[in-house]
Amino acid sequence: MLAPAESPRPSALPDERGRFGAFGGAFVPEILQPVLLEVREAWREIQDDAAFWDEHRRLLRDYVGRPTPLSRADRLAERIGGGVTVYLKREDLCHTGAHKINNAIGQVQLAIRMGKTRIIAETGAGQHGVATATACALFGIECVVYMGEEDIARQHLNVQRMRLLGAEVRPATSGSRTLKDATNEAFRDWVSNPHDTHYVIGSVVGPHPYPALVRDFHRIIGEETRRQLAEAEGRETPDAIVACVGGGSNAIGIWAPFVDDAEVRLVGAEAAGEGLAPGQKHAATLAKGSIAVFHGSRSFLLQDHDGQVIEPHSISAGLDYPGIGPEHAYLSDSGRVDYRPVTDDEALAGVRLLSETEGIIPALETAHAVALLPALAEEMGEGVIVLNCSGRGDKDMETITARLADDPSEA
Amino acid sequence: MSETPNRLTGHLGALRQRGETALGLFLTAGYPSPEATLDILLEADAGGADFIELGMPFSDPVAEGLPIQQASERALAAGMDMEGVFAIAEGFRQRSETPLLLMGYANPVLRFGVSDFCARAQSAGVDGLILPDLPPEEADELDEAAATHALTTVYLVAPNTAPSRAEHVAHRATGFVYAVSQAGLTGAALADRDATAAYLARTREAVHAAGLPMCVGFGIRTPDDAARLGAEADGVIVGSALIRLADDLWSGDSTDSQRLARIREWAAALKAGATRHDA
Repeated sequence: MLAPAESPRPSALPDERGRFGAFGGAFVPEILQPVLLEVREAWREIQDDAAFWDEHRRLLRDYVGRPTPLSRADRLAERIGGGVTVYLKREDLCHTGAHKINNAIGQVQLAIRMGKTRIIAETGAGQHGVATATACALFGIECVVYMGEEDIARQHLNVQRMRLLGAEVRPATSGSRTLKDATNEAFRDWVSNPHDTHYVIGSVVGPHPYPALVRDFHRIIGEETRRQLAEAEGRETPDAIVACVGGGSNAIGIWAPFVDDAEVRLVGAEAAGEGLAPGQKHAATLAKGSIAVFHGSRSFLLQDHDGQVIEPHSISAGLDYPGIGPEHAYLSDSGRVDYRPVTDDEALAGVRLLSETEGIIPALETAHAVALLPALAEEMGEGVIVLNCSGRGDKDMETITARLADDPSEA
Repeated sequence: MSETPNRLTGHLGALRQRGETALGLFLTAGYPSPEATLDILLEADAGGADFIELGMPFSDPVAEGLPIQQASERALAAGMDMEGVFAIAEGFRQRSETPLLLMGYANPVLRFGVSDFCARAQSAGVDGLILPDLPPEEADELDEAAATHALTTVYLVAPNTAPSRAEHVAHRATGFVYAVSQAGLTGAALADRDATAAYLARTREAVHAAGLPMCVGFGIRTPDDAARLGAEADGVIVGSALIRLADDLWSGDSTDSQRLARIREWAAALKAGATRHDA
C-alpha cells in the first residue's frame, strides 16, 4: 500500500458528473462520449493502483528530477519591500523546463495502460508540446502536436525541440492561430481517431475527467511544497501562494493541497495583455469573461453577446487562451481564490525583477505571477509567500529581447 | 414527449409509413451570403428535401471538416448572428411548410438563454433542435424548454456508442435519432461499408423500439451514397456536399437563376438516390 502522503489525496470535487459546483461537465460530440468513459474508467482505476504510482513517482524522481527545490528568495524579498519571506517552487528546474512534464508523463502512462498507440496534444508556448513529445520519446509512442501558426513563429525554439524529439508539429491555421485554434485542431483529430488515439490535454480544461485528471498529476507540486516548507519554516502552510493562470494547471497543482486551509491566501495572475479598457486586447477570462460552454466544459470564456469566442491576446503564448479551467471558475465564484489581471508590460517587469534579483529568468507565463509580488508584499506587510516558478524563460528570449529593445526606458 | 403536432414528426412519420427514405439538407446560415442562404434552402426544398437543417455558425466548430468550418467563418465575417439565423428561419417558414431544424454548437444557445431561445425559435417557425455538443446528460433544461415550445429534440449516436446508451439516447430524443455514419469530421469520405451497415441496422432497431425514426449523416455526398445508407435508415442528411456545391456555383460566373436551378436538380437527384434503396 502507498503511504497517504505520496498518493493523490481524493478531492471532494468534481462530483461524478465532473461538476465543480455549476462548472465543468462534459460537452462533447457523441463520438467522444465513449472515449471519455474509457478515460474516466482508467483514471478511477489508477487511483488505487500502487504499481502505476510507483512507476510514476520513479519517473518523476529519476527522469524529471523531482522533488524540485523550494528556493528562498531573499534578494527578491528585499527588493519588493523586505517584510515578507519569499520562496520559489522551482518547477522551472523540471526536465524540459516547466511543470507540464508531470502531467505529460502521467497521461502517456495512462494512454499506454488503455492500449492507445498514438498521442496527440495541443500547445501554446510549446512547453506542453515539448513535455508530451518528451514523454512519447521516452515511451516510444507516436506523437502529433498541434500548434497555432502564430505560436510556431514566436516559440520556434520549442518547435525545433519537438521535432528533434520525434514529434510531428502540425500548424493550426484558423482563427487567431494560437492556443485556442491548436486545441480545436486536436479535438478534430481526436474525433477522427477515437479508437487508437489518446488526447493529452495540457491544462485543467476540457471535458470531465480532464480537469481532475490533470490536477491529480500536478498536485505533487503542492504536496512537495508542504513538506519543504515544514522543513524550512517549521510550518506546512505559507500565508500566500501565487501562480499564473491560463488554463490553470500549475496553479491548481500547487494550490490543490492548500485549498482546504482557509488561512492560506491563494492569488492567481491572469493575462491582461494590453490592458482591460474597452478596445484593448487581453486574455483575462475571469475579469472580463462570462459563463459559457467551450472546449468541452462549462466555465468562463471571453465571448461576445452572441456567444462567439473573442480572440484573446497575451505576450505569453501559454496564457493566450480565451477560456479557463472549470475548477478555477468555481474557486473564483466561491471567492476562495483572488484572481488579478497582469498586463504584458507588467509581466516584462516581472521578468526583469526575478532575473536581476535571483538569477532566474522566468517564462513569460511565470512572470505574470512574479509581477503580483510587490503589491502583495505591500498588502501583507509580513509573512511567507510561495511563488510557483512554473517555467524557465529560455523559450521567450526573442520576445523579451524585442520588447525590451522597443522600450526607450530599457535602452 | 410533447403532444403538440409538429411538422417534423408528422412528416417523418408519414414517410416511414410508406417506406420512403427522407432527405435532410444542411446549410450554414449566412453562407454563401446572408441573402443567398434562404434562396438556396427554398430551391433545395423544392427539389425534394424533406427537412432542412439551418446551421447556426460558431467561431470554434470542433467537430466540423473544412467546408462547414469555412462556411461558418465566412458567415460570421459577413455579420451573421442569432437574429440573422431567426430571420432566415422566418423567411423560410413564410414560404414553405417543410420541417425546419436549427443545428449548431451549444454555447450561442446557452448565451441566448435556453428558454428564450426555444420561444424565439418557435415563433420563427422552427420545428426542432440539434446541438451535437449538448449530450442528453447536459440537456435537462433544453428538453424542458423545447417541450414547452413544441420543438422536437434530436440526439446523436455514433458507431462506438454502447447499445445501452443508444437506447437511452433514443428515449431522450423526440424528433429523430441522428446516427453519425462513422468516426470523423463532417464532410469526410465514407469508409468501411460493412461495418457501417451492421451498426446502422443495430441502431435503427433500438431507435424504432423507442418509437422514433433514425436518420444518418456524415460523409454522404452523392445519390449513390444516399441510396446505400438510405437502405439502412429512415432518412439521410447531407451538409458539407451542399456547401461545396454552393461554393463552386457562387464563385463561378453563372447567373443566380442558373445557380438555383442547379441546386434544385442536385437536391432532386439526392432524393431520388435516397428512395432508390439499392445498396
